[in-house]
Amino acid sequence: MGELSSLTISKAQYELKKGNITSVELTEDCLIEAKNSTELNAFCMITEELALDQAMKADQDIRKKNIRKLTGIPIGIKDIFCTKRVKTQAASRILTNFTPPYESTVTQKLWNSGAIMLGKLNMDEFAMGSSNETSIYGPCVNPWKAKNDPTALTPGGSSGGSGTAVAANLCLGATGTDTGGSIRQPAAFTGTVGLKPTYGRCSRWGIIAFASSLDQAGPMTKSVRDSAILLTEMSGFDQNDSTSAKYEVPDFESFLNQNIKGQKIGIPKEYRVDGMPKEIEALWEDGAEKLKAAGAKIIDISLPHTRYALPAYYVIAPAEASSNLARYDGVRFGERAELDKSENINEMYKKTRQNGFGKEVKRRIMIGTYALSAGFYEAYYIRAQKVRTLIQSDFSEVFNRGVDVILTPTTPTAAFKLKDDKKKNPLDMYLNDVFTVTANLAGLPAISVPAGKDETGLPLGLQLIGKPWEEGNLLNVADVLEKESQFDHRVKNWW
Amino acid sequence: MAIDTETVKHVANLARINITDEELVPLSEELSTILKFMEQLNSVDVDGIDPLTSVTPMALNLRDDIVDDGEKPNQILMNAPNRREGFFTVPKVIE
Repeated sequence: MGELSSLTISKAQYELKKGNITSVELTEDCLIEAKNSTELNAFCMITEELALDQAMKADQDIRKKNIRKLTGIPIGIKDIFCTKRVKTQAASRILTNFTPPYESTVTQKLWNSGAIMLGKLNMDEFAMGSSNETSIYGPCVNPWKAKNDPTALTPGGSSGGSGTAVAANLCLGATGTDTGGSIRQPAAFTGTVGLKPTYGRCSRWGIIAFASSLDQAGPMTKSVRDSAILLTEMSGFDQNDSTSAKYEVPDFESFLNQNIKGQKIGIPKEYRVDGMPKEIEALWEDGAEKLKAAGAKIIDISLPHTRYALPAYYVIAPAEASSNLARYDGVRFGERAELDKSENINEMYKKTRQNGFGKEVKRRIMIGTYALSAGFYEAYYIRAQKVRTLIQSDFSEVFNRGVDVILTPTTPTAAFKLKDDKKKNPLDMYLNDVFTVTANLAGLPAISVPAGKDETGLPLGLQLIGKPWEEGNLLNVADVLEKESQFDHRVKNWW
Repeated sequence: MAIDTETVKHVANLARINITDEELVPLSEELSTILKFMEQLNSVDVDGIDPLTSVTPMALNLRDDIVDDGEKPNQILMNAPNRREGFFTVPKVIE
């Protein structure tokens, strides 16, 4: 068992087309693996009946030679994507029993392309977290463990369920969303590939909103090639999202040619932060060496406003969240608190939100509300948006000078322990996003590639940041980095 | 600037979230720490810089102003915690 579920998407495409396997066999194998993985807590719901029904139809299509890009490929969906008639609650108590009567654009595109839905995946509540511990479903657990240490580790967050499900071979690929690193950080922690596209590449329609100017959906997969395949199917203009881009979506897989001769790879000195573990620094240098050996030019660059990215992010994201989450008022959807006869509508709002939101979500709503309140709006929100302009121009200057792709570590450390005392202070948790938030603030595409392991055998990721709309070239460089890194994906099954 | 417990109460009210008395002190401490972290932004020279308004340089897409969806009150009401005769219902608002 698990032999089929551990296939990559591109390999499964081939085997299905050849008739060596059926989609029902593939889907059943994933379902067995998913059902036997309760200790990982990656799936918050398994949609077995729907999956088998879709798989049977896929097999009919294959027999009729009516094969689309993802025909018969079983994937997992982060609980933040609205799925028609399938409960969706963004891991929050306040959306208990919410059943969308509509489908998000991204998932609809995946179904139109023939993909099979295995179920919904665990995440941090409303995507606010870096460890999957703020979820109403309880924390998701990383399939990787440190050598000789049985302690449960975080898969990262917020797309922790997606990272775990892909790494543990419970599915062939998964969707994630990334507001400040929520695809790339869990990808780095679970030894998987995670791509955040250019802002506007994927429609946000039907994705439960966190911070609308930063949120992007993207793929989480076992290989760079698989990310290219999934991204092609997820992308495209959508009438229902005015910020989605009216650009032609290329076949991203066609960019993968293992040739990066002459590409200019920028190494930003500001990412060499104090206290960076030696092994992260070594991994980074090693990655640059490998790209150089493959024919790329390594160039030292400066992105001077980098250190202000995290504080700017933690003004802008909570401010947008406080506004987006105002809709959870106990009137139109979700849970309403029990009220006494004497209690009025204001008490209904306050009690509903007190009971329905978790600690971290309340904290961010309050920070955002404060930053937007009268007298502070200019000092915090507007100032942060000005700093954001500076961060974006740092990147444009570097790209204008001829740099094609920027190479950095994805995270400052490998996966840490669940219930880590060192992460009790919210700020310590926020520091996890230090290398990833810049791409969200500037709207740039960025990918995390598993590039090595620390001395205890835990996966480490390197991040590549590309020019706007140039995911194709970004994926091509990532494909070379992946090949040269020879990351061993095999993870011991203890669950 | 530190956030005192009175400010916490005020912000919680603006955000329409009930908080208990026991939560006030820890919240004021946590929020103050986060706010202090944000104040690093004060050391950036932002004179003459425009705030970012569009992440990607792209004109927003406009569509024709026509009705192309609707007539589905049941779908719209199906997730409401309380509804009656085609309406969302809430506690009495008018005294």
